[in-house]
Amino acid sequence: MRSEPVVQVRDLVKRYGTKTAVNGLDLVAGAGVTAVLGPNGAGKTTTIETCEGYRRPDSGTVRVLGLDPVRQSAELRPRVGVMLQSGGVYSGARADEMLRHVAKLHAHPLDVDALMERLGLGSCGRTSYRRLSGGQQQRLALAMAVVGRPELVFLDEPTAGLDPQARHATWDLVRDLRADGVSVILTTHYMEEAEQLADDVAIIDAGRVIAKGSPEELCKGGAENTLRFSGRPGLDVGSLLKALPADSTAAELTPGSYRVMGKVNPQLLATVASWCAQHGVMPDRISVERHTLEDVFLELTGKELRS
Amino acid sequence: MTTATDTYAPRPGAAPLPRMIAAQAVLETRMLLRNGEQLLLTVVIPTLLLVLFSSADIVDTGAGRSVDFLAPGVLALAVMSTAFTGQAIATGFERRYGVLKRLASSPLPRWALMTAKTASVLVTEVLQVTLLTVIALALGWSPHGNPLAVLLLLVLGTAAFSGLGLLMAGTLKAEATLAAANLVFLLLLVGGGVIVPLDRFGGAQTALGLLPISALSDGLRDVLQHGAATPWGDLGILAVWAVLGLAAAGRFFRWE
Repeated sequence: MRSEPVVQVRDLVKRYGTKTAVNGLDLVAGAGVTAVLGPNGAGKTTTIETCEGYRRPDSGTVRVLGLDPVRQSAELRPRVGVMLQSGGVYSGARADEMLRHVAKLHAHPLDVDALMERLGLGSCGRTSYRRLSGGQQQRLALAMAVVGRPELVFLDEPTAGLDPQARHATWDLVRDLRADGVSVILTTHYMEEAEQLADDVAIIDAGRVIAKGSPEELCKGGAENTLRFSGRPGLDVGSLLKALPADSTAAELTPGSYRVMGKVNPQLLATVASWCAQHGVMPDRISVERHTLEDVFLELTGKELRS
Repeated sequence: MTTATDTYAPRPGAAPLPRMIAAQAVLETRMLLRNGEQLLLTVVIPTLLLVLFSSADIVDTGAGRSVDFLAPGVLALAVMSTAFTGQAIATGFERRYGVLKRLASSPLPRWALMTAKTASVLVTEVLQVTLLTVIALALGWSPHGNPLAVLLLLVLGTAAFSGLGLLMAGTLKAEATLAAANLVFLLLLVGGGVIVPLDRFGGAQTALGLLPISALSDGLRDVLQHGAATPWGDLGILAVWAVLGLAAAGRFFRWE
């Protein structure tokens, strides 16, 4: 899905008074789904709102679909859909009324009723915004971002505070958007969301990108991965180690409980299994522990992501 | 794996400008007419004042029938309630709830949003003026003067109050705007020649006469009650307020 970058941020700096929110951030997002992942206060919203044209960079350049979001805003706005972190709707407006209104501002909008139905808002079209639940308000904001059939959608924390069902409805829509060729930039502090949806992840902390790549690439790097199995106590770990690739380690942690660390892949698993077969060992509870984005984040920043 | 359905395939584009502005003006007007507090301010209070003070001799309105004095004042009040108080409060909360911010990233340009807001204010005023005129006529009002001069006063008054209302909405917090806009409405209702003639205020009369509400009510009264041709003095005062208010709003308005 690599092609012309849809978003290109170079050396972005943004300060609010004496506080530096974004500090030399670089981000290139191509087609597909890009997740900007980071803890609260990392600079996610400032970055995305600069791309949306709401904030002027103190220094650095921002290009969205090749355009300057501030100077070429009029050209850019019809091509981009925006979901703010909260609000954006007249408190007295009914859900369908607001969505229909945003649809009217576009030349070729989606079918409003079908979109409401798709996001589980079909039964609350007549409900005024202030009476919608938090999850319904968020899904309405998502609908408003996509109803104009944009090329690129910015979603700022699209599932924060949603129940699992609503979260999956949102994820399904993002997958459909991607499949139909819409690019998506989303911010999140949910690891699972980034792992589930993103082609690319940029991890940001303290106003900078500290790691980027596909979820698989990010999880591969950093610490070694782990394979565990149980067998009878006192196996010859030295002989196992000889069978393994050079950069691996093996140890009996507690009697009968073994841990192999190294590049965990099908070959390694086969090597361990055949070693067990040669030694007449039935490996109980063999398990592979994949590195998660959570681990990656913890290693990079020394911080827990959920705060 | 998800497969393409083309439902969401990009097909971006802004609607034609007149359609966007019309849609925005319709929505703004609907929001205004749906809001109970706004209706109280723009319809109920002016109507009540007109009916009550015309029927009962509460305030000495000088020589002549009291409805001839009151009707122009209440029309001025109606303009202030919509262009200033109503617009300030609504816009203040739109800013607070991120509506202005969200619309700023829609295809609707900012100037078009302001045009739509103005159109919505004007539509509301037409409804108010129609209603109040019918009631005043039923109460025996006999207006004089040049309708064009009246129209000019109403338009300049709307511009002056809109500038001040938007200045307030774009700089203060929504709650502060709510409180201040209502307070100003009340003070100007009493001290702006709407129902109480300005000569009751003694030495303060000259200063009070420079307020936009006084200029509007006095100008309307000159034409409608006394049949004056064109009240240039009052139009001048309104023009100054309009220029100052709109310029300050343009300079200091914060969208979020």
